[in-house]
Amino acid sequence: MTRPGFVLEVDDRTPPLLVHEGLGFRLEEFPLGTRVIYPPEPVATVPDVDQAIREALLNPVDSEPLPELLFAGMKLTIAFDDLSLPLPTMKAPDIRGRIIEQVLEMAAAAGVDDVELIAALALHRRMTADELRHVVGERVFRSFYPQGKLYNFDAEDPANLAHLGTTEKGEDVEISKRAAESDLLVYVNVNLVAMDGGHKSVGVGLASYKSIKHHHNAKTMVHSRSFMDHKHSEMHSSAWRMGRLIGESVKVFQIETTLDNNVFGKPYDFLMKREWEWSVKDQAAMLGMRRGLALAPQKLRHKLFHDLRGAYGLTGINAGAVEPVHERTVRKVHEQQRVKIEGQADVMVMGVPYLGPYNVNSTMNPILAACMGLGYYFNSYLGQPVVREGGVAILYHPLDEGFNTLHHPSYVDFYEEVLAESTDPHVIGPKFEEQFATDPWYIHLYRTSNAYHGVHPFYMWYWIAHALDHLGDVIWVGGDRRAASRMGFRAASTLQDALEMASGAVGTSPSITYLHNPPHLLADVR
Amino acid sequence: MLALEMFRSVPKTMIGKAAGGRIPMLLTGLAAPLRLVTLDTPRVEKPGWARLKVRMSGICGSDLGMLSGKTSLYFSAVVSLPFVPGHEVVGELLDDCEDLAAGTRVVVDPVLTCAARGVEPCEACRRGETNRCSRITVGDVSPGLQTGFCHDTGGGWSQQLTAHRSQLHPVPEGLSDEQALLMEPVACAVHTALRAGVRDGDRVLVSGAGAVGLFATLALRELTDAGEILVVAKHGHQRELALEFGATEVVAPKETLRRVRRTTGAFQLEPVYSSPYLLGGVDVALDAVGSKQSLETCLHATRAGGRVVLSGMPAAADLSAAWFRELDVVGTYASARGEDAFGKAADLVAHDAVARMSKTVAAYPLHRWREALDHAHSAGRLGTVKVAFDPRLS
Repeated sequence: MTRPGFVLEVDDRTPPLLVHEGLGFRLEEFPLGTRVIYPPEPVATVPDVDQAIREALLNPVDSEPLPELLFAGMKLTIAFDDLSLPLPTMKAPDIRGRIIEQVLEMAAAAGVDDVELIAALALHRRMTADELRHVVGERVFRSFYPQGKLYNFDAEDPANLAHLGTTEKGEDVEISKRAAESDLLVYVNVNLVAMDGGHKSVGVGLASYKSIKHHHNAKTMVHSRSFMDHKHSEMHSSAWRMGRLIGESVKVFQIETTLDNNVFGKPYDFLMKREWEWSVKDQAAMLGMRRGLALAPQKLRHKLFHDLRGAYGLTGINAGAVEPVHERTVRKVHEQQRVKIEGQADVMVMGVPYLGPYNVNSTMNPILAACMGLGYYFNSYLGQPVVREGGVAILYHPLDEGFNTLHHPSYVDFYEEVLAESTDPHVIGPKFEEQFATDPWYIHLYRTSNAYHGVHPFYMWYWIAHALDHLGDVIWVGGDRRAASRMGFRAASTLQDALEMASGAVGTSPSITYLHNPPHLLADVR
Repeated sequence: MLALEMFRSVPKTMIGKAAGGRIPMLLTGLAAPLRLVTLDTPRVEKPGWARLKVRMSGICGSDLGMLSGKTSLYFSAVVSLPFVPGHEVVGELLDDCEDLAAGTRVVVDPVLTCAARGVEPCEACRRGETNRCSRITVGDVSPGLQTGFCHDTGGGWSQQLTAHRSQLHPVPEGLSDEQALLMEPVACAVHTALRAGVRDGDRVLVSGAGAVGLFATLALRELTDAGEILVVAKHGHQRELALEFGATEVVAPKETLRRVRRTTGAFQLEPVYSSPYLLGGVDVALDAVGSKQSLETCLHATRAGGRVVLSGMPAAADLSAAWFRELDVVGTYASARGEDAFGKAADLVAHDAVARMSKTVAAYPLHRWREALDHAHSAGRLGTVKVAFDPRLS
């Protein structure tokens, strides 16, 4: 029987607790009375994945079965989430590949021969051939990639974009022309968190900057409370309006999958266990890993962590019409991640791990670390934030990994130039965003290399707009002082120092809540 | 009279050249081909010449280059050793000089042209391009491209020197000696700005924020219609001054190419075992340092068909970009009388920012020349823009 998430109150019997900090972790002794939020243990998975996929395709929600939507001579496009999901990358075979195989089998049975597969990157970096192969599987890759029928979406190719109109709020809807002109668009999601999927899949994943800028901006982001609750997220409201407009001209068959939270396989599974339940073997693994990490150079630590693959199990799959499918998905995600919490805290503590959606096989630079902590983790709530307004966020990350110039070239300029001038998302957006978004060099790198779009670092900073608006202070334990300062934050050597620094905002005896993730959790704050 | 004299010393020059970069103290100690001497006071024998009592004389980057043996031997033919250095001079006339009465406070345009040498004007001098004079080794005085490099005239690093009327510019009322001292380098900056060929709205890169770079920035801002002026500054106080002098943005040396790329939307290439460069970039780049790195930054950050201006005495550098991107590489030396550079400079040194900066001029008596040169060598790091000698100090 899976145990639900729970709230631990630190007392004098509580052992030091594990806190992630980039390419490593530490054991931290929290003050007595600290609330520690543990995610639920992995929920039950489907016994037969292939059978579950088949069931979903043949018995979709509010839609004809997939075979009935397929016919000879039709134009079929299959889009799928890119490498930013799941985190960490799933052990092969990837669930998307298994679904795509079955969709293709049904298409072949129906005589469909005009099929294209698109990695729905939006403004993310292009995936390499190996990364595409991992997602779709060897057989699909070999059948489609050499012919150019499996490719990365290019949001900067005007010849292959279609403007479908504007929403009632004047938002442009511009998506992949191939997808827009298809008789059927099948979208294969991995819904790692409640934010993913729904109308955000096509409306963002296959959209251009012209479209995305309507909801990826500071004003919208600060009013998305939270991103994990699409009914209270301005960003999602905009994506929903766009998705409905897309639905008027494109038949979308949505497939959404949910996974358990088995993010760390053996021998690293102690990272997911509750510390007082560590066996001797777990403790040995922990000590060995700690000692090894302390001695290893950064490159080796990077390789060690980034080579980890998630041993996920499929907890659910739903297919059919976008909105009802998504409702079911969200329920399933909640089942895996939701933890009820009573009341807000003065101080919220988060360990920022080595990986976020935008540094898969790459570097967690300071902007991404900030986005991971203050964007993802801070916003991972239902109801109200874990920390009260004017409270303090204490994050753990060394902020010392630097920038990957292949993947994040515009981040360097953003960090050196934009953040040097202002860290206020409302100021930097109007002044700099357009320049970065239309920079021909960034566009060139996005289209031909493996670089995130020039505007991407702005989106990371908009992500944290709500946190910046809400919090009284942000302190990084173990963080590089110059990096923290450049981002408008402060750095402390220890948790005690951080609490001392926070005392100006929250007093000397604050209530503290530590979010013990990963695995991801969703705080349902009452 | 007391004077500092530069003399020929091959061993000292060799030591300075070989080790001066690594052991800066050598340049003002063992390796300095400079000595404090007592010389006869200068005499005036030719019409149009007069004696000057030095009030202040600046230490220029070219002086430091010369003393450290970094200056190209190309210039050995246009100096006459031993000589008293110092070509940035503000002084007081000891004799009447044509229309200028004794006691007049003057600054010296150091170029020793046909007029000063008592020869028929060469073609350049006739056109007013006096800095291009072709007779700088002949005539009434010994070879020397300028006062401060010529044995016969003396130089500013002394108590007295001689100058020709064609070199003298009365100091306008209200200017301090420190401001007047800056007129010569500012006049050079005026010439640089005019040579830069800046068109309306052009993006300009100024590499270096020492005196040369700062004054060039001021002149570009005040005398041209340059759009964005990006200044490369190494030190904090230089950043602030550059902004005061008219820079749009200031960047650190290592950020230069990235920032130019960003602001111009250029493409950046990374050649093998070589420095990155841009396809695209600024319209005009001005090297105000004279190092290989600075010059290559300018060459690599300028758009095809753009202009690179050599304001500092240049070091050897890879000129591939000049050929490949068809750049106009333009030298600027001193200032020309035909463009009234000193008149314009007099206006510019009255500028509030220059007036403020002039108060930071570090003055030393002649006998503390080692300290003065040490200070000048590290001026940027020590927060100083200009170091000078004031022979009146005891």
